[in-house]
Amino acid sequence: MSDRIFGVVGMLLAIGYALAAFAIEESFLSDAVGPKAFPLIIATILGLSSAVIVLRPDAEPTWPALGRLVEIVAAVVVLILYAEMLPVAGFIIATAFAAAYLAWRLGSSALEAVAVGIGTSIGIYVIFHLVLGLSLARGPFGF
Amino acid sequence: MELLSNLGDGFFIALTWQNLGLALLGCFLGTIMGALPGLGPSNGVAILIPLAFTLGLGATPSLILLTSVYYGAMYGGRISSILLGIPGDEPAMMTVLDGYPMAKKGLAGEALSLSGIASFIGAFLATWGLILLAPQLVKIALLFGPAEYFALFALAFMTLGGVSSTNQAKSAFAAALGLGLATIGVDTQTGVPRFTFGEVHLYDGLDFLVAIVGLFALSEVFIFLETRHGGSDAAGRNMQIGKLYPPMSMLKQCTPTMLRTSVLGFIAGVLPGAGASLGSFISYSMEKRLVDKEGTFGTGDPRGVAAPEAGNNAAAGGALVPMLALGVPGSGTTAVLLAVLLSLNITPGPLLFTQNPDVVWGLIAALFIANFMLLALNIPMVGLFTRVLMVPSRILMPIVAMVSFVGIYGISGSTFDLLVMIGFGVLGWVLRKFDVPLVPIILGTLLGNAMENNLRRAVTIDNGNWFTLFDSPLALTLWVIAIIGFVLPLIVGARVKSGMHARRDEEGAISD
Repeated sequence: MSDRIFGVVGMLLAIGYALAAFAIEESFLSDAVGPKAFPLIIATILGLSSAVIVLRPDAEPTWPALGRLVEIVAAVVVLILYAEMLPVAGFIIATAFAAAYLAWRLGSSALEAVAVGIGTSIGIYVIFHLVLGLSLARGPFGF
Repeated sequence: MELLSNLGDGFFIALTWQNLGLALLGCFLGTIMGALPGLGPSNGVAILIPLAFTLGLGATPSLILLTSVYYGAMYGGRISSILLGIPGDEPAMMTVLDGYPMAKKGLAGEALSLSGIASFIGAFLATWGLILLAPQLVKIALLFGPAEYFALFALAFMTLGGVSSTNQAKSAFAAALGLGLATIGVDTQTGVPRFTFGEVHLYDGLDFLVAIVGLFALSEVFIFLETRHGGSDAAGRNMQIGKLYPPMSMLKQCTPTMLRTSVLGFIAGVLPGAGASLGSFISYSMEKRLVDKEGTFGTGDPRGVAAPEAGNNAAAGGALVPMLALGVPGSGTTAVLLAVLLSLNITPGPLLFTQNPDVVWGLIAALFIANFMLLALNIPMVGLFTRVLMVPSRILMPIVAMVSFVGIYGISGSTFDLLVMIGFGVLGWVLRKFDVPLVPIILGTLLGNAMENNLRRAVTIDNGNWFTLFDSPLALTLWVIAIIGFVLPLIVGARVKSGMHARRDEEGAISD
């Protein structure tokens, strides 16, 4: 069943992609092929392969239990927050929090998680910023 | 003679302190990444790309660093295969079959040193193969026009499906998805924006490095979160290594095996769409059929350890041939290496050999040097790497995630790219659940623009005649191979593939 849903989503994607390709405004100066042809070929392949997936689905993949799924969604939210907070809070603070969160959710004890978070953050700061000179996000405190 | 002088020039370039240091660093990091289950050659190289950029390295040093990681990972994968019975990366999955039983018999040290020697022989012979074969392929490639290139790209995608997935439809889907992603941005020929939906960040197109790091490295973190596999596989296990040198009789017994499988692995590596995993798989299968008369394979036969290791290292070298000579990578890791070259504004392919011979020959010389370094790191100092196996993934995975972020942020400095990367991470996780191969997606995003440009150039040259794509004997040959490569696995491939995928490395299941 999962594969069939996946295939239907793929077909919708192909249709959407094809519609967007038709909507491309061609400039008056164009080559013989134009900017639409190649995307339309791809949309066809995308649609056909999705159709085959719908018609001949594989065995059901093993989906995680709801709790694990929530876990992944939570991690995605934390990572998005991390990306947004990076320029605001600065590299060291944001990274320490994000790394600690991931370590905690992967089964570290609270103390170990904090240690991993701070260690990762400072370790990366020292190696990448102080030694290699990579510019990392600056927060209000300059790091 | 010209070859030797080129090689001499290459050694002249490679033998600087900086390049030697980078090769050593790459070998060391690569061996660690290969050894750790969950980090393989493709995601290992992917997270190090930003490091190469931030160091401000030129093309040759960057390639030396990253191919050393690639070779190193091929060596490292065997360590956890032998000691823990868990492949450290996908190409090492066949080494488990005889390596682990050998370790259980108390022959872990012999198995490690023998497989180290087999790896060395495989990689050494494959590097010679690269030197001899690549220039010949370049001669053919110089005859290619736009139509032939378009056919070649089609061939790469169609044959990739044959080995990278158990389902052809899914690899076709993956290739189309990747090509579709490549079309996002301003059209290079007419200057009109495509699929940007008014988002200014998308005008330049998606950065394929962002896609690669997201798909390969970040999706791995989600897999670990899903299974909550936070411990170390080595925890509480007895990892006695014992003697570090194999007896002469064992070496003598394995020499023919190593030579045969090196050749076979190299050929498997050169073929489009086949990478090191296939190399080790067919090497093991062939040796089993050829020399296993007493049925000792699978119970700790040293030849069963030597065969896959020589095979996968030779395949790793072989996979560099199409990447360098044609600009069309055949495996996940060489696709990532191609991304590095493209980011450095170097287009691999026949012109690379004439315009940037320093890059090619410097790289080849560095491969020889790296191979000797790896032999030294992997036999006398293998104990160092077995300690790395004790690092639990609840500590490793946050570091991998954060290094990925730092790398992408270091290149672009934009939050938008980080969000796109997270998107790709989630996409990668979902697609891996559905068993959709990720390599065609990467290849699509990398080659999409070149493929489209060649198509449009070919048709434009012939005044809008689309049949020009099938007009020359060379192009026709390529199309025939492409179609055979796509259809043949549908008929005979099911057996081979089910054998290969049955032993898949569950955590690091990124085909290489």
